Amino acid sequence: MKRFGGPLGWALWFGYAFLYVPIFLLMLYSFNENRLVTVWSGFSTKWYGELLENTQLLDAAYLSLKVAAISASFAVVLGTLAGLALARFGRFRGRMLFGGMITAPLVMPEVITGLSLLLLFVALEGLVGWPDGRGVTTITIAHTTFAMAYVAVIVQSRLSSMDDSLEEAAMDLGARPAKVFFVITLPIISPAIVSGWLLAFTLSLDDLVIASFVSGPGSTTLPMVIFSSVRLGVSPQINALATVIVLLVATGIFVATLVLARQERQRKRDEQMALQGG
Amino acid sequence: MATAQVIRNPARLEPWQDPKAVPYVRIEKVTKRFGDFVAVDDVSLSIYRNEFFALLGGSGSGKTTLLRMLAGFERPSEGRIFIDGVDMTEVPPYERPVNMMFQSYALFPHMSVEQNVAFGLKQDRMPAAQIRDRVAEMLALVQLDRFAKRRPHQLSGGQRQRVALARALVKRPKLLLLDEPLGALDKRLREKTQFELVNLQEKLGITFIVVTHDQEEAMTMSSRIAVMNQGYIVQTGTPTEVYEYPGSRFVAEFIGDVNMFEGRVVEDEPDHVLIRSDEAGCDLYINHGVPMPIGTQVSVAVRPEKVLLSKDPPPDGGGRNATRGIVREIAYLGDASIYIIQLHTGKTVRVTAPNVTRRVDMPLTWDDEVHLSWRPFAGVVLAQ
Amino acid sequence: MSRNGFLPLGDRMSGGNPPGVPAFLSTAAAAVVALLRRVGLWGRGLVIAAPYLWLFLFFLVPFLIVFRISFSDAVIAQPPYSDIVQLLEDTDLEQWKLQITLNLSTYLRLLTDDLYIYAYLSSLKMAAVSTLLCLLLGYPMAYAIARAKPSMRGPLMMLIILPFWTSFLIRVYAWIGILKANGVLANMLGAVGLVDSNWELLYSDVAVYIGITYSYLPFMILPLYATLEKLDPVLLEAAADLGCKPWEAFLKVTLPLSLPGIVAGSLLVFIPAVGEFVIPELLGGPDTLMIGRVLWNEFFSNRDWPVASAVAIALLLFLVVPIMVFQYVQARQQDGEERR
Repeated sequence: MKRFGGPLGWALWFGYAFLYVPIFLLMLYSFNENRLVTVWSGFSTKWYGELLENTQLLDAAYLSLKVAAISASFAVVLGTLAGLALARFGRFRGRMLFGGMITAPLVMPEVITGLSLLLLFVALEGLVGWPDGRGVTTITIAHTTFAMAYVAVIVQSRLSSMDDSLEEAAMDLGARPAKVFFVITLPIISPAIVSGWLLAFTLSLDDLVIASFVSGPGSTTLPMVIFSSVRLGVSPQINALATVIVLLVATGIFVATLVLARQERQRKRDEQMALQGG
Repeated sequence: MATAQVIRNPARLEPWQDPKAVPYVRIEKVTKRFGDFVAVDDVSLSIYRNEFFALLGGSGSGKTTLLRMLAGFERPSEGRIFIDGVDMTEVPPYERPVNMMFQSYALFPHMSVEQNVAFGLKQDRMPAAQIRDRVAEMLALVQLDRFAKRRPHQLSGGQRQRVALARALVKRPKLLLLDEPLGALDKRLREKTQFELVNLQEKLGITFIVVTHDQEEAMTMSSRIAVMNQGYIVQTGTPTEVYEYPGSRFVAEFIGDVNMFEGRVVEDEPDHVLIRSDEAGCDLYINHGVPMPIGTQVSVAVRPEKVLLSKDPPPDGGGRNATRGIVREIAYLGDASIYIIQLHTGKTVRVTAPNVTRRVDMPLTWDDEVHLSWRPFAGVVLAQ
Repeated sequence: MSRNGFLPLGDRMSGGNPPGVPAFLSTAAAAVVALLRRVGLWGRGLVIAAPYLWLFLFFLVPFLIVFRISFSDAVIAQPPYSDIVQLLEDTDLEQWKLQITLNLSTYLRLLTDDLYIYAYLSSLKMAAVSTLLCLLLGYPMAYAIARAKPSMRGPLMMLIILPFWTSFLIRVYAWIGILKANGVLANMLGAVGLVDSNWELLYSDVAVYIGITYSYLPFMILPLYATLEKLDPVLLEAAADLGCKPWEAFLKVTLPLSLPGIVAGSLLVFIPAVGEFVIPELLGGPDTLMIGRVLWNEFFSNRDWPVASAVAIALLLFLVVPIMVFQYVQARQQDGEERR
């Protein structure tokens, strides 16, 4: 299908409308003066001002960002190792269980993950005295665990589509396995690692259920604050917050796309020049 | 070049010679445009029943587009296509009495060999028992009966090719289209399959139209060849005609190797023509006349295998079709050798000579001074 | 990778003494390396061991603990459950004995109390309907994108994934403003006189269907697109050539070949949707029972950890088969990619 007419095109446009209209409405009403969010009474940016003064919200946002950055970094290291093991080590003892533990967190209902981790932390504390209470540490561990599965899957699929002969060539030229990994494999899978980190970061930033189980007093994440406010109904401040988040994400992705597109163009130009030169 | 043309049944007619013969496939002034790009430009072609017709051309010559219009995957921008007298221009592919063997074979990966072959028949709502018989018969014909239950990915390239062929033939189409049917096979298998295809076609009596970029393949298998370039048909003829009497420089150079000598007509009689060529270092004598005035700049094409090499001057000739040079390169191919000779005029000439003697006894070696000569029928005069 | 991973480093260490290092230190290092190598924890082994141990400790062990606690009694204590394993000193015999008390009453309660059974069935139904909606909406979208010009596919898929990067919670929240009384939808339908402005879709099962479909749609489209994009359009031409009308070619070629994508996408939506908590909590009504919500309430409101654990185990039992199917599909997909 080259042009977007016909029933298929309509389905596509309907789908995009379904995905985007709610978000746009949300953003639109963040500029509504009226406290009754959906009843328009005039343009105003006052909710953004209130947002800036809401220290509870800002503290939670800071905590969430911190947890997300740390857990994403751990998840990337562990997930890359796991992806490497799955993609390159062929059959090893316990591979079945390992593969299972990688894919299961992708679909595991969050309530189960959250509850089971909390019970683990409680049991561990009773047994060895660690972790001492629940808070940032436990949330970070929990987020690392489920995010590393996503990273592993991304890295594994990138490695599977990568030509093994590159690594073999490097070894043939005398590089030791560790050197091969850092000089050849890592640079080639680095886009997968970057997107894995971003995904892990987003998942952590987004998680409500697991964090609710494993957090303790004084460690309230942003989703927890939003949830407790949203439970009571619509709130113009949340609309403003949502707008800020959507704009930040959209800007980030826009910039990333531009950078990638520019790299791609540069590569194409180089290739063309190489062809003409040859 | 090895022109291993399958020698066809001599009883077979050449319908294109017969003015009363009705063409089976008629392509009338067909043009296909993709945006601004003209893929096929005003092509007219008549193909007769039981022909093995080749569309030969490089990439972008429009041969595949023409084939896809015959199959119904593309609609001509202009012109009409008739098959067996019926206008097929607007008929969708699934209603055409035509089947195609795809370049990539396009075997359905989720079906066994048997199911792939049966697919078309099921589509025609043929009774199951009959389908079974037809499929078994077809698989036996292509020698795949042992592989009926396998999936395509469990087959070798040659076996897949035969499944694709069986699937296209089992519906007994009036016309079979083959898109680079041997392109994905290795050289040895390709040669073997060429003969198999021709035998199959003669046995089944189905008209084949094959698209290929491989001139050897086209020469070997087909009754006639249409050479295409940039959307046009440059020349249509039997393999011999196209090879021995190329109508243009393009055809001469595209099919086989050729030496080109520039020159101008100095003598033009009904029974011969004489062309003076500084490049060749001699006068070129051709034993038929050409409708060109004295003084016209022309090229003369001489095939490498038509040039004779000798250490001694050729006995006859009187300086016509005879020149001298130095052996620069020798490529030993086993049955023959290719010599690259630099003429004293500076021009490089390619000569193929059969290795009548053993390699060690070869009379010619590098830097030898040699005489080159060819017979009066060897040259072909081409306008520039 | 060579089977021996980082072996050469070990060899080098035991080979000669680097200058300035006391002999006993390098001997000790070599011994450690040799030991690690012996137990397979060097190089290759280390690469596997780190994530393996992490997942073992933080993913597998927790389930065993949940399983154990599901057999405990709820007590008012910290933590609020009895330990099923106890070491008791038998003073008469002057012996210690190990006592394991399995309390099955929690499970009996799950089986006898209508609430739980109803919640499980309702969760399965809600998840199944939402999965179907995702498929019906997602398949044509994935198909259209896979058939778009190659240069357009990237941006079109980007638009599918983009909402996924924004907060899930906020996307669910967006529907509250649309579906509530006097909300966007009610006002729009009210304007054409279909409903009065107090009409609301919020706090109903329909709202939950919308919410799940909306949130999980990208998970459906991604695997669908992956299989549809790989599908060679020549196969459809071949089908047409053999006599298939376009819709027949779709049924006989496209649909069966995209089946792995349909299965993977459906499971990616279905499995988490069964245990979904946020969407029924925010969009569902008080009688929209879903098991994730029941578990949450048992844990946070009733503080009944054993019941919450038993609910989780039972939910897991429901999901074991779909999860294993998902893993099988996933592994096959991966193998397929490796084969190419």
